[in-house]
Amino acid sequence: MTQISDVSAPKVAPGAIKAPPDSGETPFRLMWRKLRRHRLAQISGVILILLYAIALLADFLAPRDPNAYIGRFTYAPPQQLHLFDGVTFAPFVYDYKVTVDPDALKRSFEVNPDKKIPVHFFVASEPYKLLGFIPLQHRFIGPADPESPFYLFGADRLGRDMLSRLIHGARISLSIGLSGVMLSLLIGVIVGGISGYVGGRTDMIIQRIIEFIWSLPQIPLWLGLAAAMPRDWTSLQAYFVITIILALIGWTELARVVRGRVLALKTEDFVAAARLDGASELRIILRHIVPSFMSHIIAVATLAIPAMILAETTLSYLGLGLQAPIVSWGVLLREAQNIRSIASAPWLLAPGFAVILAVLALNFFGDGLRDAADPYS
Amino acid sequence: MIGYILRRVCAMALTFWAMTFVAFLIMELPPGDFATTRVSEVSAAGAKIDPAMVERLREMYHLDAPLLERYAVWFGGVLRGDLGYSLAYNTPVNQLVASQLPNTLLVEGLTLLFMYAVAIPIGIYSAVRQYSAGDYVASIIGFIGVAVPSFLFALLLMWVAYSSFGVVLGGLQSQEYQGAAWSWGKFSDLAAHLWAPILVGGAAGMASLIRVTRANLLDELDKPYVTTARAKGLPEWRLLLKYPVRMAMSPLVSSIGWLLPSLISSATVVAIVLNMPTLGPLLLTGLLVQDMFLAGGVLVVMAILTLIGTLISDVVLFWLDPRVRVSAA
Amino acid sequence: MKRLLLSVRNLKTHFPLAKTIVKAVDGISFDLFEGETLCVVGESGSGKSAAARSILQILDRPGKIVDGEILLHRYREDDTTPSAIIDIAKLGRSSRAMQMVRRQDISMIFQEPMSSLSLAHSCGDQIVEAILLRHPRMAKRDAWQRAVELLRQMQLPDPALTASQYPFQLSGGMRQRAMIAMALASEPRILIADEPTTALDVTTQAEILALLERLRSSLGLGVIFITHDVGVVANIADRVAVMQLGKVVETGDLRSIFDHPQHPYTRMLLASAQRLEKPSPLRATVVPVESTHANVRPILKVRDLGKTFVLRRGLLGNGLKELRAVDGVSFDVMPRENVGIVGESGSGKSTMARCIVGLHNASAGSMLYRDASDGEVELAGRVRKGNDPLLREVRMIFQDPFSALNPRMTVGQIIGEPIRLAKTARGRELKERVAELLSLVGLEPRMMERYPHAFSGGQRQRIVIARAIATSPRLIVADEATSALDVSLRAQMLDLMLELQNRLNLSYVFITHDISNIRYFCDRVVVMHQGKVVETGTVDAVLNAPSHDYTKRLIASVPRPDPSLQTPQ
Repeated sequence: MTQISDVSAPKVAPGAIKAPPDSGETPFRLMWRKLRRHRLAQISGVILILLYAIALLADFLAPRDPNAYIGRFTYAPPQQLHLFDGVTFAPFVYDYKVTVDPDALKRSFEVNPDKKIPVHFFVASEPYKLLGFIPLQHRFIGPADPESPFYLFGADRLGRDMLSRLIHGARISLSIGLSGVMLSLLIGVIVGGISGYVGGRTDMIIQRIIEFIWSLPQIPLWLGLAAAMPRDWTSLQAYFVITIILALIGWTELARVVRGRVLALKTEDFVAAARLDGASELRIILRHIVPSFMSHIIAVATLAIPAMILAETTLSYLGLGLQAPIVSWGVLLREAQNIRSIASAPWLLAPGFAVILAVLALNFFGDGLRDAADPYS
Repeated sequence: MIGYILRRVCAMALTFWAMTFVAFLIMELPPGDFATTRVSEVSAAGAKIDPAMVERLREMYHLDAPLLERYAVWFGGVLRGDLGYSLAYNTPVNQLVASQLPNTLLVEGLTLLFMYAVAIPIGIYSAVRQYSAGDYVASIIGFIGVAVPSFLFALLLMWVAYSSFGVVLGGLQSQEYQGAAWSWGKFSDLAAHLWAPILVGGAAGMASLIRVTRANLLDELDKPYVTTARAKGLPEWRLLLKYPVRMAMSPLVSSIGWLLPSLISSATVVAIVLNMPTLGPLLLTGLLVQDMFLAGGVLVVMAILTLIGTLISDVVLFWLDPRVRVSAA
Repeated sequence: MKRLLLSVRNLKTHFPLAKTIVKAVDGISFDLFEGETLCVVGESGSGKSAAARSILQILDRPGKIVDGEILLHRYREDDTTPSAIIDIAKLGRSSRAMQMVRRQDISMIFQEPMSSLSLAHSCGDQIVEAILLRHPRMAKRDAWQRAVELLRQMQLPDPALTASQYPFQLSGGMRQRAMIAMALASEPRILIADEPTTALDVTTQAEILALLERLRSSLGLGVIFITHDVGVVANIADRVAVMQLGKVVETGDLRSIFDHPQHPYTRMLLASAQRLEKPSPLRATVVPVESTHANVRPILKVRDLGKTFVLRRGLLGNGLKELRAVDGVSFDVMPRENVGIVGESGSGKSTMARCIVGLHNASAGSMLYRDASDGEVELAGRVRKGNDPLLREVRMIFQDPFSALNPRMTVGQIIGEPIRLAKTARGRELKERVAELLSLVGLEPRMMERYPHAFSGGQRQRIVIARAIATSPRLIVADEATSALDVSLRAQMLDLMLELQNRLNLSYVFITHDISNIRYFCDRVVVMHQGKVVETGTVDAVLNAPSHDYTKRLIASVPRPDPSLQTPQ
């Protein structure tokens, strides 16, 4: 016998059945407007577009092949890019002065102000195929002479260019989060949907399983599963196995959200009304229930990507995830394992900051999406 | 009360059984059994292993029997408190675990305390003073805590400590105090080693705990019963602590259920990076050299730790929330 | 002469939002005297609740008093001149002085006693807290004694037990009594009651109103009673303030407001309430059908209908518990007849409605429906799916127009859905049919492109009705079709349904908790209580001469919007 008149929207005066002004907007337009109000989410969205664009165009953007090495330049420090020589636009970097300490066999690098290495945009390179099908012979930036040193982000233990490796690492690290979430989403929506829609004992059993998975310490579990992966598997196989391992736990959160939504929607009168309109179960699910939670689920899925990226990075860092020669941010961070190499070459931590940037951007963007997902609140 | 706890313990026994099964499956996943792995490894290194001992192990753990039987044998051992034999260390797993367990409990217990002690006040503050400068600072700390993987946090800390102060972080004790009797010096040495793993291990959990506390409390602050209490004329802080904070605590207490696994997760990684004498590195070694009894044993102990934590949270919840108490009666 | 307790002058309370400022209270003035009940009446959005909360400075964020005075008069003993006059509007909302006002001068009770009491503290605990705030030096044990005593004054059967219980262990009425005990624990001079009976059943409401009335006269309280219910006003008010859109449009004595309303809004409000006191003029045009008439056979014959829910507990679903929501219900519905099913919460009336339309499966009994071709169809146990004509002939109108419309479909899609699924029309034809339906329910056809969020509650309910009649139904089950609407819209909605009945030859099963709806809309009435039918008959017979005790109590409990009809307290 609850009177709900007081929680409903302000009423128009009786008899005045006029169309209110803010009418013809679709739910999507409402969401878009709400997202636009979320400044941080907007900025994060732009950063994410840039990051994923970099990953897609890695071959073009990276100055060098990520695995090309020049032994002379082991742990070479980052060079500064000068765009103007005097007043003319002629980008260059200074060469290194390399001295080798004969006792410790340690190289030390200094800037050689006398020798400029000219840098060109759209420099010629080995032919390659961008995105796998566009044949190209130029890269975005590089030294005019491919043999001369060009290390904007420094070099690693073997004299490989950190910047190029970082750019190529983005491919794996960013895509593994996406594919992991896709897989989680698939499992989560199906299992969560069944759990919420069927209810009863099925629901109870699924819920107990999810709770059980939550009570497992994730990283040890991941470690265990990853360790079971045969060492001789190809990088593609490893990539898929890691994706599956990430999704094995990731689906639970999504399933729980889907179930909650379905449970709530199931009791909404409009679902009962659809049933009375003669809609089949399939139509009720696809036309009435799914559209009402999809935007919310996309937001939650976005928020699940960071955890996947972090997990891949951690596994790879510990040597149980992806292995060299695959280049991912986690694999790159393996170079930074002991304190002495970090101390002498702190730029080895650059991939770590890339991880942080990507994870933060995904978090903020997902938060904004989630706020916008319910356009009627 | 007793009935309630008994019921919880029964549910936990079931969970424990399922956990051991998962641990066992992980142990079984790699091809071959650990005896063959060991033999091939040792002979590859050119050394010799006593074939009689391998046979004895095969028999002891029924390595030729079907999967379920092997599980039964191993689980029987676990129930009797025998976690098996580590070939990597040539020692019973029990002994290895026992030597690292006190350190693990110390570090993780303190981390848990630290997390709650710091996160809850910050969470309360940022909910009550929503959109204040302090709230933003807390949110930023929270986001960074979530975004920085714990191993990277540990690395950064080590780097800063090394390059700025020349201190090499890692371990739990300095060499000279190892095996020494307890003294003030040993204690302060321990404290000097402890802060880093506690800070790093607690960071991720703390960040999410702050967010949860803040969100829970914000939900509660707008509830009608808060208005009622305010209408009585209670001073604002007393009102907050007695009503909404208390209500917001219930989900936090049950959050131990998921916080503990994630704490153990990050502690495992941090311990590996910081080279702590705890269970984490033991697990990693076990996994890397495929010493599966060792790895399985450590997983089982971690599972037990999680369950104990959950039980504690259940008891606290019982005491805190009359709804639980009434429905349990 | 009665002493002045509170004087509100030109009060303005605003809620600054992102783009606009909501002027919830926009310059209101009124006085409250000792021992009187001032009813502040208005529809939703009138600002009556914000006004009440301003007095105690417990507005939800971002509400703020921006102008005006709230002058609280304090008296020493029986002095006739105030010892102090405090302007509450000038006090900080968390200031010590404001806290003192809340601790000793003014108390408040709220609409929802379940959410307004803390569930983590026992009732006694929460009452003791109020006592100790008033008397800081009182021993805790004495305070507890006093709390139990207060609960006894609230006529609770076992006050000591209630004190030790938690709010979720009590019934709604008991909770509200505990809430009142807590409010009176601080011995206030002024009690503000914000819709305190709206969430309660009508019989409980009557008890709580009587209790408040008794306390007011015995303690000499000044009561500000916020309500939307004109009937409650007629029942308890000494003076009335009518609010509309943040302003008090009229104040005066109860009789003068009811007998000579000046402001058009007051007149409209009273008229809408009083209109429901007699049968709708539109009813006269419906040919009355004598149920005894030999040639006319019922369109729906419900016999011994039962619905039992099985509640599972425990991991494996052992520990079964049965709940008999509907238990042996029988009644007939004649063609073009409106049968009202009335009952309080838990009476099983909504469950029964859902059995008829097929959202629930009946567990026992039969429901014989006479279909368009005059054949009898058993509804019980029949699964209605896809193109079943029953889905088209028996339709439902839902209670909550906000939940009943899919927010992601346009109005055109929503109304068109049953037509499309019945495959009776498509494309252009479908569109024309939807346009026609929209104009039938009084909406403009061009609105079909819009989404439900662009409509008000009353408009949404019209869309719900349009969907129900889209398939040319013969029987419509309306489940609390007006209870989500303001009183001024209720009669309109019922008239619309009657009009449609005349045009489309409909029969209604009308589920409601509101006797006045029955009187206005129905021919016959079925009174339900705890799953069973306690009385059936024509509306006239049952409402004017009830025979069953429960029916008598129910009808006597309904506050009538006419002061002269009230029984003396």
